[in-house]
Amino acid sequence: MSLSEEQVGQIAYLARLSLSEEALQSNTKDLNSILSLVEKLAEIDTDGITPMAHPLHMTQRLREDKVSEEDQSESFQAIAPKIGKKHYLVPTVIE
Amino acid sequence: MSVHTKTIAQLSQGLSSGEFSSVELTQHYLDRINASDLNAFITVTDELAMKQAQAADDKIAKGAGSILTGIPYAHKDIFCTNGVKTSAGSKMLDNFISPYDATVSHKLNQADLVMLGKANMDEFAMGSSNENSYYGDVKNPWNINKIPGGSSGGSAAAVAGRLAPFATGTDTGGSIRQPSSLCGITGLKPTYGRVSRYGMIAYASSLDQAGPMTQTAEDAALILNVMAGFDEKDSTSAERDVEDYTASLNDSIKGLTIGLPKEFFSEGLDDEVASQVMAAVKEFEVMGATVKEVSLPNSAYAIPTYYIVAPCECSSNLSRLDGVRYGYRCEDPKDLEDLYLRSRTEGFGEEVKRRIMIGTYALSAGYYDAYYLKAQKTRHLISEDFKKAFKDVDVIMGPVSPTTAFDLGSVKDPVSMYLADIYTLSANLAGLPGMSIPAGFAQKLPVGLQLIGNYWSESKLLNIAHQFQQQTDWHTQVPQES
Repeated sequence: MSLSEEQVGQIAYLARLSLSEEALQSNTKDLNSILSLVEKLAEIDTDGITPMAHPLHMTQRLREDKVSEEDQSESFQAIAPKIGKKHYLVPTVIE
Repeated sequence: MSVHTKTIAQLSQGLSSGEFSSVELTQHYLDRINASDLNAFITVTDELAMKQAQAADDKIAKGAGSILTGIPYAHKDIFCTNGVKTSAGSKMLDNFISPYDATVSHKLNQADLVMLGKANMDEFAMGSSNENSYYGDVKNPWNINKIPGGSSGGSAAAVAGRLAPFATGTDTGGSIRQPSSLCGITGLKPTYGRVSRYGMIAYASSLDQAGPMTQTAEDAALILNVMAGFDEKDSTSAERDVEDYTASLNDSIKGLTIGLPKEFFSEGLDDEVASQVMAAVKEFEVMGATVKEVSLPNSAYAIPTYYIVAPCECSSNLSRLDGVRYGYRCEDPKDLEDLYLRSRTEGFGEEVKRRIMIGTYALSAGYYDAYYLKAQKTRHLISEDFKKAFKDVDVIMGPVSPTTAFDLGSVKDPVSMYLADIYTLSANLAGLPGMSIPAGFAQKLPVGLQLIGNYWSESKLLNIAHQFQQQTDWHTQVPQES
């Protein structure tokens, strides 16, 4: 199956990317050629095979529920594009 | 012998005997970096380097140094470094001064190593040619019209061009081994979980693994001793003691059984590369190893499996880059959605966007089973192939890359680029350790031999590589200075 430009535009939007007319054309072509490469997976019989979520089949480690991070908000906010006092500023969401 | 052609082991001797100081050594490398046109570095941290070198010299003078005290290195720009720009090769993080150290950075600091700068790389480690960097292409020191490989292309070029005694790298689908092969150096990707991923900017979290890129296997062992180890800050880090990776370097490899997967020597492999690889295998036979053909029947599915799993994980990992808390933000966003859309569209490069879109599509409702789940099942089959093979052999050998380094700008479509990863992807999918070691030249360019070992067999791989390097001198070849 192959993706239409409209579908590619929708995928881009889901990923919060916008594509120009030209980029939409070239990406549709590229995405379709990548998808035809991965279509090969359909050949393999994977009935009854467990999906491999982790290379070492490890289970998630648990730790004691205690505070381990100190407050570093100042250094984290020092690199933010726009901040207020202890918060990040974005364009108005609610008028 | 010039100082910059020395290995870490040799430099360490020179430092402790007082032949040269770390300040002198560091200045020498900084001069070489500044005179170089390889574009191997995104940021040169000269002031910091001189400070670290001075501190190292003080320590050595007090007799408090360790074997690596004062050795300079290039740090891939994917590792967060406190107070130093960490860009991951992306415009998105061009203004990102990391507020913390990655565990690897921390460990290298603790070992008194001297960071010369942050090495160039494909954006977010996505690429096999280092042509996807926001900071421009890296050039192969053996021929500046050729690619160095990727994504750790700056790291490989820096070590091959003798701009640094070693570099750090990360390998998600071959990003340590392939550039090591194409630049003629030694590169090791450890078992998944051996080196902490904390502070290493994530591309595909179930595949990413960091390792050393060096001139020799002995040097790689010295650096892995520092990099490896359990880290409670990385939930996928293995709770397993670190061995001394130098301990078994000198063991005999008589009786070693080498497996050659027939799928690695089929169509698409350059004849000259194949003959160099086979000559190296022959050398091992002379050294007392036996060779056996093995089969990894699902190898052909490594490319499609990887190019689903990795994009899916990257689309999720990179969703945090939205222009709100750090990184690039577009000019004058008119509303929040415009801020997200334009920051991401302007901040990411073409290949990164492609992989994000493939991942977004493959994970979307209705397609998840057909793509992601299917790929995870195939991944299981690929790892089972290795399990079977390792019942019969101690190590698997083959080519790293189907060709030598190709011309910069010559591969334009993404799928052709992906096909070049054919021999490296399976080790990542299975989580196995792998190496590339210099094994000769074809078309006047380096050819690497790939070693793939069983889980946690880094010591064995380093031993095998070291023994090979005792019999051959491919790893001592240096590109002509331009």
